[in-house]
Amino acid sequence: MGEPLNPRYRLYHPKWHRTRIPIFWWLRSFAYIKFISRELTSLFVAYAGLLLLIEVSVLARGEAAYGRFLAWLQSPAVLALNAFVLLALLFHTFTWLNLAPRALVLRVGKRRVPDALVLVAHYSAWIAASALLAWLILRR
Amino acid sequence: MRRSREPFLWALFSGGGMASALLLPAIAFLLWIAVPLGWVEGGSYETLFALVRHPLVRLVLFALISLFLFHWAHRLRYTLYDGLQLYHLNQLIAVVTYGIASFMTVVAAYILWVFA
Amino acid sequence: MPETITLEVQRYRPEDEAEPVFERFDVPFRADWMVLDALNYIKDNLDGTLSYRWACRMGVCGSCGMMVNGQPLLTCATYLERLLPGPIRVEPLKGFPVIRDLVGDITDFLEKLSRVKPWIVREEEKPLAEGEYLQTPEQLADYEQYSMCINCMLCYAACPIYELEPDFIGPAAIAIAQRYNLDSRDEGVQERLDVLSQHDGIWACTFVGECSVVCPKNVDPAGAIQRYKVAATADWFKSVLTPWANR
Repeated sequence: MGEPLNPRYRLYHPKWHRTRIPIFWWLRSFAYIKFISRELTSLFVAYAGLLLLIEVSVLARGEAAYGRFLAWLQSPAVLALNAFVLLALLFHTFTWLNLAPRALVLRVGKRRVPDALVLVAHYSAWIAASALLAWLILRR
Repeated sequence: MRRSREPFLWALFSGGGMASALLLPAIAFLLWIAVPLGWVEGGSYETLFALVRHPLVRLVLFALISLFLFHWAHRLRYTLYDGLQLYHLNQLIAVVTYGIASFMTVVAAYILWVFA
Repeated sequence: MPETITLEVQRYRPEDEAEPVFERFDVPFRADWMVLDALNYIKDNLDGTLSYRWACRMGVCGSCGMMVNGQPLLTCATYLERLLPGPIRVEPLKGFPVIRDLVGDITDFLEKLSRVKPWIVREEEKPLAEGEYLQTPEQLADYEQYSMCINCMLCYAACPIYELEPDFIGPAAIAIAQRYNLDSRDEGVQERLDVLSQHDGIWACTFVGECSVVCPKNVDPAGAIQRYKVAATADWFKSVLTPWANR
């Protein structure tokens, strides 16, 4: 064996190589981009929570205040924002419900409920909850 | 050692995640798109006011809004922590995210309490 | 069908190179060859100094996991044909420090694996005379999926959290902990929970889910970790709400 070409190498002394992780590591693959988008939907969950709170306080201030709030919601920029928020929330719903059977193990007696059934149950709950909300909000 | 706070925070995160997954698309679509655009009938001021005036509805709203905020706090904390590799700021990130969620929970309690 | 296919193989010879380099090899293309066969061809015919791990070449030993075109794969179970027209880029598993060429240092994984006590823990062994521990098919079904793990570490290479936080105990170790936790003969749940309920245990995981995607044995470590979180949370609430029942 000749002289080592790497001057920093000590003979018979292991020298591991560790790769550096780029700061934007989550752009490296489609799966990671999907993951980081899923995580960032939480921003819109918080936004929806706060907007709900604002709507409640507007309702408390009377019909005129609510009218102004509606006009604000109708402005194109706000509509566009809320349409985007809706898409993000839907992405959150689909990713959340699809992963639910992986985290939940339900049992009936000795048998484990199949994952497909857990999934169907979650989507049914989503539809039922949405129908209930539609009934509550759209009642006259 | 068993008194790690992670299980509690994770319970808030998943509770908020499940509640927002089931409820928020319908709320966002109806209240902030369909009603303002007049796509649907109903959703009038009287209906919504009567709805929120009910104490049970306000109690549920309080729980939901708080859960949404803790869901956000937990997810954002981990996103900042891993996504931007801010390991040295772990404590600060946790204090700020959960702090904001706690503060807004108090604000929500106040707004819903003084309603009507 | 092409006559040959090109492999770009990572070489790291610390005595000669400060950084890894890629070396190109043209190997004969054969429809029934796996990536591992191509590496063996290189070692036998082109460059005998190429270092990599392999043993069984039938997807059981878990030694030959490498990054193939950026994906963690068992090289013994990946057809060259799938990767046409090439070139095929072969790198060592991501997340482990590289000792030489395609060989990573897996000491960290082995240490973590032993930390979760991957064996049946009994408070008291029953005497041999009383016979074996019996188990029903339903009880076997509870953990069978997790017992398929071959320790190939593809899940570690797929996990961004392990790469970012080397202290994270990682997907396979947690799935294997679940394999024993869910075994009706085992009594080590609490001991493992003490290890795994730490931040470096289950809580560092944010359910990226890639570990389960790359698993060659469909173990679903990501699912195992989330189920563990549910169980640990239930355990936490139980110990808070009924403090008198604590150990």
